[in-house]
Amino acid sequence: MTTKMMGAKVQRVEDDRLVRGTGRYVDDVALDALHTAVLRSPHAHARILSIDVDAVLDVEGVHAVWTYDDLEGAMAEPLPLLIPHPTLTHGRTQYALAKDEVNYVGEAIAFVVADDRYVAEDALARIVVEYEPLPAVVGLEAARTAANLVHDDVPGNVGARMEQSNGDAAAAIAAAPHTLSLDLKIERSACMPMEGRGTVARWDPDQGRLQVWTSTQTSTGVRAAVAAKLGLDLGQVDVITPDVGGGFGVKIVHPWPEELLVPLAAQKLGRAVKFTEDRREHFISSAHERAQEHHVEVGFDDEGRVLGLDVRFWHDHGAYTPYGLIVPIITSTQLLGPYKPGAYHVQFDSLYTNTVIVTPYRGAGRPQGCFVMERTMDAIAAALGKDRADVRAVNFIQPDEFPYEQGLIFQDGRELTYDSGDYPAMLDKIKELVDWDGFESFRAAKAAEGKRVGLGLACYVEGTGVGPYEGAHVHIETSGKVKVATGLTSQGQGHQTAFAQIVADELGVRFEDVEITTGDTRRMAYAVGTFASRAAVMSGSAIHLAAKRTKEKALRIAADALEADVDDLEIVDGVVSVKGTDSSIPLGTIAVLSNPLRYAFDEASKAATQFNVGDPTKPPVAEDDEPGLEGTDFYSPPRSTFASGMHAVIVETDVETAEIRILKYAVVHDCGHLINPMIVEGQIHGGVAQGVGGALYERMAYDESGQLLNASFMDFLMPYVTEVPTSIEIDHLETPSPLNPLGIKGAGEAGVIPGSAAFAAAIEDAERSALPSFGITAMPISPSELFALRAVHASSEESK
Amino acid sequence: MSEKQHEIRLRINGTEHDVAVPARRLLSDALRHDLGLTGTHVGCEHGVCGACTVLVDGEPMRSCLMFAVSAAGHDVTTVEGLARPDGELGPVQQAFRECHGLQCGFCTPGFLTTITAGIAENPEPTEDEARDMIAGNLCRCTGYQNIVKAVCRAAELARDDRASEDGAA
Repeated sequence: MTTKMMGAKVQRVEDDRLVRGTGRYVDDVALDALHTAVLRSPHAHARILSIDVDAVLDVEGVHAVWTYDDLEGAMAEPLPLLIPHPTLTHGRTQYALAKDEVNYVGEAIAFVVADDRYVAEDALARIVVEYEPLPAVVGLEAARTAANLVHDDVPGNVGARMEQSNGDAAAAIAAAPHTLSLDLKIERSACMPMEGRGTVARWDPDQGRLQVWTSTQTSTGVRAAVAAKLGLDLGQVDVITPDVGGGFGVKIVHPWPEELLVPLAAQKLGRAVKFTEDRREHFISSAHERAQEHHVEVGFDDEGRVLGLDVRFWHDHGAYTPYGLIVPIITSTQLLGPYKPGAYHVQFDSLYTNTVIVTPYRGAGRPQGCFVMERTMDAIAAALGKDRADVRAVNFIQPDEFPYEQGLIFQDGRELTYDSGDYPAMLDKIKELVDWDGFESFRAAKAAEGKRVGLGLACYVEGTGVGPYEGAHVHIETSGKVKVATGLTSQGQGHQTAFAQIVADELGVRFEDVEITTGDTRRMAYAVGTFASRAAVMSGSAIHLAAKRTKEKALRIAADALEADVDDLEIVDGVVSVKGTDSSIPLGTIAVLSNPLRYAFDEASKAATQFNVGDPTKPPVAEDDEPGLEGTDFYSPPRSTFASGMHAVIVETDVETAEIRILKYAVVHDCGHLINPMIVEGQIHGGVAQGVGGALYERMAYDESGQLLNASFMDFLMPYVTEVPTSIEIDHLETPSPLNPLGIKGAGEAGVIPGSAAFAAAIEDAERSALPSFGITAMPISPSELFALRAVHASSEESK
Repeated sequence: MSEKQHEIRLRINGTEHDVAVPARRLLSDALRHDLGLTGTHVGCEHGVCGACTVLVDGEPMRSCLMFAVSAAGHDVTTVEGLARPDGELGPVQQAFRECHGLQCGFCTPGFLTTITAGIAENPEPTEDEARDMIAGNLCRCTGYQNIVKAVCRAAELARDDRASEDGAA
């Protein structure tokens, strides 16, 4: 009996190989490959006067060295600006190897290929580069002041200034009975997957074909970029994304310099070539995110209803803009969360600094927007002396208002229109889960023990499943096994499991008989990639549609074979039968019948040869048909689907040491219908941990000359088990999306979005019991910063 | 001038391997690149993340902080050596699968080896002891809650194994 797989906590098919150590990550491939190392700039900003590589080729075991001067054709042009936007008036990208100037510590200058990484690094030490150091622009203040410029031809360091509005926010604020202004700040962090970047390439001179294995979030993107840069036809390049050791956004950027240099070297040297990034390289040459400063003006009524909201912010995008304006556009639009301000105006400057590039990190600009909006809600509640949840409730979009138009343009160039949700119901759930109404008595009990506790709440809405499309190919083999390919990649989300659940349900086959391949351009050449919590929505839907198409064909052939009506057929455990009869035929046999053969190679195929099947008066394959039991389909939605959630956290702030302890963490999450609740909850756990990191620990410590002082796991504090909540209370709400056939919404990023907002609120709440003027305006916050902040507020209260 | 090679014999998962390596070659690189045992992963190469943890004479060690030549003469167990003799998943492996203790799987081998040693030393860990056991390993995907569950479940499975061995004996 086939049971419904959608919604079941199915154990992952990926795990067997991963726990045995037989997974295949990119560095596990091609053990015969040559290894590479990259000379990286030690300066944040400098002109390159000369590069001398003569001594390198004397090192035994070195095969080749490249600098900019060795690059030709498209390889000598700047790297692609992946997402151009009309507002990005001064977009700049780096070269695969620096030309004349470097703009951040870590920028690639020379590329060495050698027998192994040890020898390649020995060789790097022999390269002599003469630099003329230039003043470095580090941090938003320096970028904004623009006393020095990152790029000579970018005035004011402004890459883009963008403005959007819905209504007249300034007028609404001016007319409002109450107003507030806030200045808020979030620091830099980074994705930090446990596996860094990596690429392997093999050139096959006999076929004139390049095979690239890369740790990416977009195989098809890398394929197109490699083909364009190396002057190859798309058909000469295969890109395979094997197991990926985490992505969290950073691996959507492509092509990285090494993703082009490795294939180039493989082609030139006729050997397999490999680049494996080390951790220090990941810190200084892969992407960061988050750093923004916001100024908020808000006008509201006596109930706390926001009448006008005006946000001006500055976004630090680092030295180059390969990923366009996606992060600040998301911040500026998703800042609104579940709320409907009377009028909204937002303007941001996206600024250059001499630091590592800034591109999406899980949440992609939403944690900052959520922090700003939720700090504003808390400030309104404090100003009015109202319950913080009540102030949120009066601002919610109501369930009967969907689809709700925010009157803005989203990151995909489409209207920001929320498809579905139920925020009041969600608020009820989170209040119950964290015991919102019982908190004051809990606080009093803790106070009696001399302890200081606080409660914070943060709400968000997340546009997920952005277009343009994903596709899927479903093939039922004559064995009855189902082989499915979709083009986007996996980096730990359990796609092989979740997608197989969808196929098993739609086709009526056993889950065990379904095999999913992701991120292999040989199997599915049309795809976009894994980002924006889009894989389940996009590929999940495409796979559902392709399976449906395959099923229709199977039933049509079966109806013929069984001399029955299609409507009377059902498929259970891979066998098509006429309902209520013994008449049946396995899908494997239907696959045999679907492909008329001239030659037999086994018993099954004998049944499909032309003397055995078909009407001899008709073509073996009908005009409107094709051989094989297969189906391909694509899913392309009109716009994103909007998931939502609310987090509540209770913290204790140590009265003496200012240490911050998490006592309770609660999550209510709505991603529409759940495919696999076990996987969704795993995603939430991981997101919450990254939220804890972003709120309490992680920051990129650049000094004024642009040196990253904490470029190691020793100094960049990522949460261990000792830093995360011991348990997370989770409740789900399921408001299905009307935009896709499965009613699903994305879930991957959600857990991280409200972290800083919820912790800031909880810590502030705890501290206000002792210092009523206490406020948190910047995150992350460390115990020593909290300690210092206490002193500031204590002295300001004394002086009153 | 080529580097001096040292002929060493490594005993990995009970099998002896003769390799020639330079003195500076890390055990992690020797396992992965010279012996093709790519289950051991390298996450930081400075001994903080724990992904490369292997057991040396039963004790968890960071194979990125150890030279291959230093491992000569010792028993090294990698993730590839954690399955049962009949090829079925070992208790820690099985517990990770059951408890959804892994997502991308990159840090997982280091957790599996660490926990294998941990539950050998403490067969009945409390949740707090389970947390202590894994407090030196980084995971960026799971948030650790399910890994803590997996530690307790692995200890339970290992206890069941011992009970059935005792019963059979």
